[in-house]
Parts: sequence; structure tokens; C-alpha cells
Amino acid sequence: MATTRGAAVRYESVQKSYDGVSLVVKNLNLDIPPGEFLTMLGPSGSGKTTCLMMLAGFEPATHGEIFLNDRPINNVPPHKRGIGMVFQNYALFPHMTVAENLAFPLQVRNMGKAEQEEKVKRALEMVELGDFGNRRPAQLSGGQQQRVAVARALVFDPELVLMDEPLGALDKQLREQMQYEIKHIHENLGVTVVYVTHDQTEALTMSDRVAVFNDGVIQQLSSPDILYEDPQNSFVAQFIGENNKLSGKVVEIQGEECRVELDDGTQLKADKVNVGGVGDRTTISLRPERVEFDTHDAMDNIMNGRIEELIYLGDHIRVRMNVAGNDEFIAKVRNRGEKRNLSVGDTVPIGWSLGDCKALDPVA
Amino acid sequence: MSDTTSEQVLTTQDGKPLKQALASALRREKMRALLLIAPLLIFILLTFVAPIVDMLFRSVENSIVADTLPNTVVAMQEWDAASGNLPDEAVFAALYDDLGVAVKEKTHTRLGSRLNYEKTGMSSLFRKTGRRVKRMDEGGPFKEQFIKADKKWGQVETWATLKTFSPRYTSAYFLSAADAQLTPEGVKMKPEEQQVYLFLFGRTLFLSITITVCCLLLGYPIAFLLAALPLRTSNLLMILVLLPFWTSLLVRTSAWKVLLQQQGVINDFLVWTGIVSEAGRLVMINNQTGTIIAMTHILLPFMILPLYSVMKTISPTYVRAAKSLGANDCSAFWRVYFPQSVPGIGAGAVLVFILAIGYYITPELVGGTSGIFISNRIAYHISSSLNWGLAAALGTLLLVAVMVLFMVYDRIVGIDNVKLG
Repeated sequence: MATTRGAAVRYESVQKSYDGVSLVVKNLNLDIPPGEFLTMLGPSGSGKTTCLMMLAGFEPATHGEIFLNDRPINNVPPHKRGIGMVFQNYALFPHMTVAENLAFPLQVRNMGKAEQEEKVKRALEMVELGDFGNRRPAQLSGGQQQRVAVARALVFDPELVLMDEPLGALDKQLREQMQYEIKHIHENLGVTVVYVTHDQTEALTMSDRVAVFNDGVIQQLSSPDILYEDPQNSFVAQFIGENNKLSGKVVEIQGEECRVELDDGTQLKADKVNVGGVGDRTTISLRPERVEFDTHDAMDNIMNGRIEELIYLGDHIRVRMNVAGNDEFIAKVRNRGEKRNLSVGDTVPIGWSLGDCKALDPVA
Repeated sequence: MSDTTSEQVLTTQDGKPLKQALASALRREKMRALLLIAPLLIFILLTFVAPIVDMLFRSVENSIVADTLPNTVVAMQEWDAASGNLPDEAVFAALYDDLGVAVKEKTHTRLGSRLNYEKTGMSSLFRKTGRRVKRMDEGGPFKEQFIKADKKWGQVETWATLKTFSPRYTSAYFLSAADAQLTPEGVKMKPEEQQVYLFLFGRTLFLSITITVCCLLLGYPIAFLLAALPLRTSNLLMILVLLPFWTSLLVRTSAWKVLLQQQGVINDFLVWTGIVSEAGRLVMINNQTGTIIAMTHILLPFMILPLYSVMKTISPTYVRAAKSLGANDCSAFWRVYFPQSVPGIGAGAVLVFILAIGYYITPELVGGTSGIFISNRIAYHISSSLNWGLAAALGTLLLVAVMVLFMVYDRIVGIDNVKLG
């Protein structure tokens, strides 16, 4: 994303340790351009929340510098950073009404009464809670509280909004609805959003770019489609979406392609993404929906698999198979209405093209 | 489905009213619950409620006159004190009969001490007359004989007092607890120099409020620290807070005596460092200062514990949220943290205040004369002056005062806002 005024947020070789023994965040370098929706995605303990807290000012960085609009903010206290934040459990002040909650950031900025009311009204309308100003947070449903929290983080017009797993406490349906709402608010206001979640669907739905965290390091930073289509390593392939792993050994490399011999002797052609040289071990990554049952000779890879289990899921059928000794191999068959003769115990040919199958770093 | 309207009584399948069916279904459970608490309930009733009710009853009970002098009381009914004349011979005859019985049963001296609360000299009058009554001529006339035995019998005031206190119930104790008295002419305030109780009530109230405020000021930061520190450290601190509970109250109070007295540790230190001169040693004990210091120390845990339990439930993200919204440390605390800790302040303040207002032992030991509470006066009447009626009246007034304050507090703060955990 090309920008004229540089990054809204920049992490420069930031490290963080809580105990002085181990690093929670290892040498983080990250540029977030203005207006971007960036998601930090990762399992718990991967350092993503710590990164957010350092940006918000609640945790000091052990090493390195964080810049906000090219201004170093390591020594700026949280209340002077002007960053809106939505917390995991909303943190709406229970002793104030919704309107008072929203007016709080305006009051501490000594804004005039009339302007306050105007802004509070507008913020409530933005989240479609116009009539709820006089209620207490406890009188609202989870989804409504969530909206108030978002409105409160935006009411003082911050350029940057941080969200720390804001949808974690909602049920599935509401979560999906809120994802779209937050996405639309972001699009309408053009604020920079840094969003932390461990839910990959959420990350894929909302973000411009996703930073996948593991073990205190960003494993991959790219747009959702690239993340899914072209994972850079086995962790990302495994963490984003469903994934089949087949382990083997590289036997031949030809430009961007390579030939891999699986442990049972079968040879496959794969995209060479993250492998060493010939003879190194590798893990093949393959999405379940890319597995074809209607094989033809033009396919790059054809193998046999034995069907272990069939699960009917309406729009598709999940087929668990044993392929090359791996009986956790999943294939998805789209339900097109035609009868398909698949039954447990059958051995059937399956195939996929070279581009769908990535040779990545080996998994222990 | 049957279309039941609101007037119709809902019934079970076999036609029994639903409410009745529910009640009988729950009765067994209720009985079992009652049975479980029965031992405690009986214990409390016998050892706590019953004696208190009996004690409070003494504040209005006054049957001693009617019991000791039954005939005199009846005969006196016709007599009007306002007429200025002495009662007639029949009353004196009745008095002779009554005293004869009373002297035999040795109850006349008790009546004398009872009436002495109301009018000085009554005790000696009854004792003296008791000795003389045996030697009186049974044939009468009794009026002259009584007046000869003690000329007080010839004074209208003596008889007026007797008549005023002849009913079985009296407001005299309550009036006296409020520095007033019942005279034959009606209710009057006591002379200035005898007015002590209203002043004592006022002081008790003032000192209790002062102690509550001191506890709050000292306890709030500690409770805050306890709630904010990591568990390991806060546990250690909590033990230090609870430590006083494991030490005898008497020992702690005596320790303050050692520390605060004029030849005590603190004064010695101050003199040694030259902050105060030898002649100017501070008087910190046997006065109000001593009471406030010692009682604040003793009641502090009762403030800290409710505060702590409320603060523990305030999530630190609220303060973080406030800061992220632009509030500095100070306004984040006052506008977000403090309002949420108010239920703890309410609970702690009520607890400390109610404990303080009825406190006895500490003011007794370190309060001197200027630092004693109304409870010390009650104890004095219970154990030394043996005026139990007055003690009961003072106790009742104290109880009522606490209840009124509690209701005011409920009106202002709201009892729903009080949280103990």
C-alpha cells in the first residue's frame, strides 16, 4: 500500500520480555500504513496481545521503539497517545449510562457540552443505538455492549483504534454480524485499525492484511487470500484454514517446482516454497477442497486413497481417507446434487494440480 | 390448551389449586431447613433475644412501688397532689400495713433506693421509717406517728413523688436518659449541671464518625494495594492485616497505653529527639485522642476487608480503558475506579461505625474522662449504680439511634450499594 505520509504505526526491532529469561516478542518489525485494517492473528501465548498492549502503552517495550505517525511513543503515557481501544470484555464503565460512557473521553478532553452531546448522538447513531443513551451497560445485550464499546473507542475521532479480541464473548451468529459492522465502520471512517484475534475466520473476513504470530515472531504478513493460497511455512498453512499434511523428502528441484518422495514411496510434484536442497525433509500442504475425485491423466498428481469415513455436511461431504499412510487426510466433495458412489472401505483415485500443493518446511 | 384468564385459579391435573400444591410440595423442604437451623435458633432466642428483650423491658417497668406498697397506692388514688394538703389518715394507715409487710420481707430498702433515683433522701427515709414502724402504735393515728418518725412524711413533695411513680410503667428512665425528669408538675429538663447523657450521646456519635473516617482514610490505600498486588505478596499483606484478630483486644489496647502515655515510648522518643521538651510531653492517652487512635487501630480490619473484597472484583481493564480514552491517572481513578469501590466504602463504614458506637472496653481503658462513650455509662449503671432501668433506657436509645442512622444511610447511599464480597 503506497502512502504519502509514511506509516501510521511502526514497530522497530521491538522485543519484549516479562521475566528477563525468555522473549515473548522477538525482534518485531512492522509498518502499518494509515487507513489499514491489520489483524494480528495467532494462538494464545504467541505475543500478539503483548504487541497490542505495547502499542496502547500498557506494557513497556523491553527493547526497540514504536512510532505513531513517525513520533516515537515509548515514553508517552497511554492517555496521551490518543489511541481508541476496544477491550475483550468491553470494559464499559458499569456506574455510567451508555451516553456517559461515550461522553467520558470527550469530558476528559474538556470538550464543550453541546459538542459533546452532538458527538455522542452521532456515535450512537453510527452503531444504531440511538435510543439507548440512558441505559446502563448491564441492561444491554452482549452485542449492544459490543457496539457501545466500539462507539466509545471512536467517539473522540482517534486515527488509530486497537481491538483486543472484541468479539470473543459473543455467540457465533452475532459474531459474524459484528464482523461486517466493524468492517463497514472501518471503511466509512478510514481509521487505522489494529485487531487482535485467535479466530482465523474473523481475520480473513475483516482484514486488509493479517500478521500471523507464533512464538513471538510474525510468521507471515500478507493479505488474507495470499495467506490462504500461498502460506510461507507449515505453521501458517496449518493455522489458516483446513490443511492436509504429507511428509516426505525432496528428490529433485526444477526451478519453482520440486519432486517429493513420500514416506511410502509415492512421488508428487509440488510448488517449491520453503524447502532446502535435494535430500531435505519437507511437508506437503494441500487444501481439502482442492482434492479431485474425477481424476484424468493431465493432472500433475494422482494417488490412491482408502475412504475411512464419510460425513455429510449439507453443502459438502467431508471424506476422511488414508493416503500414503496418513489416515487424517481430508477431502471435501461439493454437493452438486448428483449421486456419487463413495462408500467407506473403497480405494479410489484422487488427484490435484501442482499449484495446489506446496512443499513447506518439515513438521516434527 | 385451556384458555385460562387471570381471574381463574390455576389448578393441577387433579383439580387442586396450583399454589396450594406448590406449597405442600415445598413444605417438606422448608421443615427440613428449619430443623437444621433449629438448634442455633433456640440458642439465639434463649441466650440473646430473650435477655435483650427482658433488659429493654426494664427501661419502662416500674412495678416496685405498686408491689411493695399495694394498699397505699390504691388508697392514694383519690388524693390530689396539687391540692397542697397531705393525704388523709386512711392513706397513712395503708402505708403502715404495707410497710409492716415490706419490713418483714426486707423489700422497703429496695423501694427506697429506687425512689432515690427520682428524689434524693428517699432511701434514708424508707430505711429510717422501716426501723421505726415496728415500734408504732397499732391503734393509730398513723399520720402523727409517721411525721414523728420522719418529718418528710409531713411534706407534700414526698407523697407527690410516691404518687408520680406509683403506676406500673413509667417514662422516667427514658426521660432521665434524655437529661429530663418526671416531676409531679410534669416533664422538665434537669438542671444544667446534671445534664450528661445528651452530651455523651453527641460525643459517642462524633467520636464514632471520626473513627470511621480515620479507618477509611487509612484503610482505602491498603485495600487498594491488597487488590492490586500479585497474589503471593497480597497474601502476606493480608496476614498482616488479619494479625490483630489473632491478638487479644486487651493486649492491643494495653499496648497503646504503653506507647501513648506521657512517660511512654512515643513521648520518650520525641523528647530524646528534641521535638518536644521534657515539660511539654504530649497528652495522648486518657482523652479523646487516645480513644480515636486505639479504636481506629482496632477497627481498621473491619474497614479493609469489605473494601478489599469489593476492589478485588473491579477489573483492572476499567482503569486501562479510562486511560486509553484519554483520562490521566488521577481522573481515571476518581471517575472510574473510585465510584466502583463505593459499595465497599459503604459496607466498611457501616460496619466500623456500628461497632464503634457501641464500643466499651477500649474507651474504658484509654479514654479517661473525656474519651468515654455512652456504653461506658451504660456499663456503670449496670454494674456500679445498679440503676438497670436507666441502663436499659440508654441502651434502647442507642439502639434506636443506630437504626435511625442506618435508615438515613439507606436513604442516601442505598443498602443495595453495600457489598461485603
